[in-house]
Amino acid sequence: MIKVEWFYWVCAAFFAIVALIRLTDSGDKKRFGSAAFWGILAFAFVYGTFVVAKTAPPAVEGFAVLGLAGLAGLGFPGKGAEESSSVEERRVLAGRFGNKLFIPALIIPIVAVLFGAVLSKVEVGGELLLEKGTATIIGLGVGALLALIVGMILFGAKSPAVPFREGDRLLGHIGWAAILPQFLATLGLLFAAAGVGKVVGDMTNAVLPKGVLLLAVIVYCLGMAGFTIIMGNAFAAFPVMTAAVGWPILVTQFHGNPPAVFAIGMLAGFCGTLVTPMAANFNLVPAALLELKDQYGPIKAQIPTAIPLLGANIAIMFLFAFPG
Amino acid sequence: MWVLLAVAVVVIGFALKINSMLVVAVAGIVAGLIAHLSPMKIVEAFGTGFAGSRSVTIFVVVLPVIGLIERYGLQHQARQLIGKLRGLTTGRLLASYLLIRQLTAAVGLNAVGGPAQAVRPIVAPMSEAAAERAHGPLSERMREKVRSYAASADTVGLFFGEDIFVAIGSILLITGFVDTTYHLKLDPLQIAIWAIPTAICAFLIHGFRMLRLDGQLARMAAEDSPEPVGPLAAEDTKDEVAAR
Repeated sequence: MIKVEWFYWVCAAFFAIVALIRLTDSGDKKRFGSAAFWGILAFAFVYGTFVVAKTAPPAVEGFAVLGLAGLAGLGFPGKGAEESSSVEERRVLAGRFGNKLFIPALIIPIVAVLFGAVLSKVEVGGELLLEKGTATIIGLGVGALLALIVGMILFGAKSPAVPFREGDRLLGHIGWAAILPQFLATLGLLFAAAGVGKVVGDMTNAVLPKGVLLLAVIVYCLGMAGFTIIMGNAFAAFPVMTAAVGWPILVTQFHGNPPAVFAIGMLAGFCGTLVTPMAANFNLVPAALLELKDQYGPIKAQIPTAIPLLGANIAIMFLFAFPG
Repeated sequence: MWVLLAVAVVVIGFALKINSMLVVAVAGIVAGLIAHLSPMKIVEAFGTGFAGSRSVTIFVVVLPVIGLIERYGLQHQARQLIGKLRGLTTGRLLASYLLIRQLTAAVGLNAVGGPAQAVRPIVAPMSEAAAERAHGPLSERMREKVRSYAASADTVGLFFGEDIFVAIGSILLITGFVDTTYHLKLDPLQIAIWAIPTAICAFLIHGFRMLRLDGQLARMAAEDSPEPVGPLAAEDTKDEVAAR
């Protein structure tokens, strides 16, 4: 069986190579701190395998992760090298290779989709070929490796170091934002342990006017969006708001159609995901990848859509989810 | 009510643009202390949380190959292609991408898009090239706007497409939670169907805003004098020259 952990080790290998590239780059003023950051991250990706399997103490991983936060606070990792081909070289190369340049870029999604849709159901010797629930992630990993090999052959790169130097360049642009989403997942767990959900549920109940359907719908949808903004994740908000309003008021008291109420409630939460920096993987990582000066650029582009769409969700639920 | 202190740390930290890693670390420690966890337990929570969510960082495996094809001129080629499609403005391009992203996500093909594998190498350079053809060299705020809108088309398309696909996480979460808590037997297909009206609204609202981008860019171009900086593909070289 192909395990998803193998691909976390591939990521770890990439981080380790980037650490090595940084360490040996004498022109980089932040070389030691940056190398330490990517090196510790490589360790955390490998060690994490054993934490998940419960065969190693999680505290070691915890200290490594808090060390990464400390390094980030001190301004590491730095941007690193900007070495690549020049604009003029790229013009010439694009003329030479033409649309062949798209082939590796297309291999990635095609392989990922193939794995997610077809190979995810294939069994070998009574066992699933791909670890359950991870087919698309494995497909992304296989697609990336295959695209890399095809790209190396198509373009005749002189040394296997070339793609890793380019990868170092891109990862340098992203910096610590690359692992912020993982960090926020942890925060979600600690928020839950501290009982943030219960407080929000109680507060919702306190402001909820009893007996007026439209207001109850508004409180449910606004609550889903608001709590999602705090937690960065509509999945965390759904059980809380549904237990406070969705089930007892909208379904039980007003006889709402459960699939409609819950589906639209979840989508109201997604409107919150569009506007919160807590959903770093959707909002902050793209800003870093696109080298934006304003890290909140994508959020600002999404706010004017999120607000009317939240209104649309409220209207759809009010008009169509309840009898007569 | 003390738990809201942990939330306040996050809100204030993000608002003041303090390093987000530090903000999250402090907020996590505050939340842990409020929950009466021992310091060791808090450290362990950071460890298990990080280890258990490595899948969200898997996108880094595409960076070497994306960097490689960028080196050999991918972004330049993406711009070349746009040059041939005269009628395709930035707004129309992004509205079309929004629709493609929604439709593919609706049939479970989430991996078709994404900021690392699609927006940076292909969608953003194409959008910029279309904007440059219409308005000449872009000022910094125009470039920021085009790139931000390209990222938003990807995200909105994903969010309000994927929920129409029955086997997606959010639908399984709804049925899983509701069926075990309230003893219902919800059909995932029913939930998926109720995602369609919102998906249509999302396309109309965000698509309309993408189309309006062309007019906004025209106004910005009239106000700004263009800065003498090249497009995404050119920035690397500029920095390199400056460093020497």
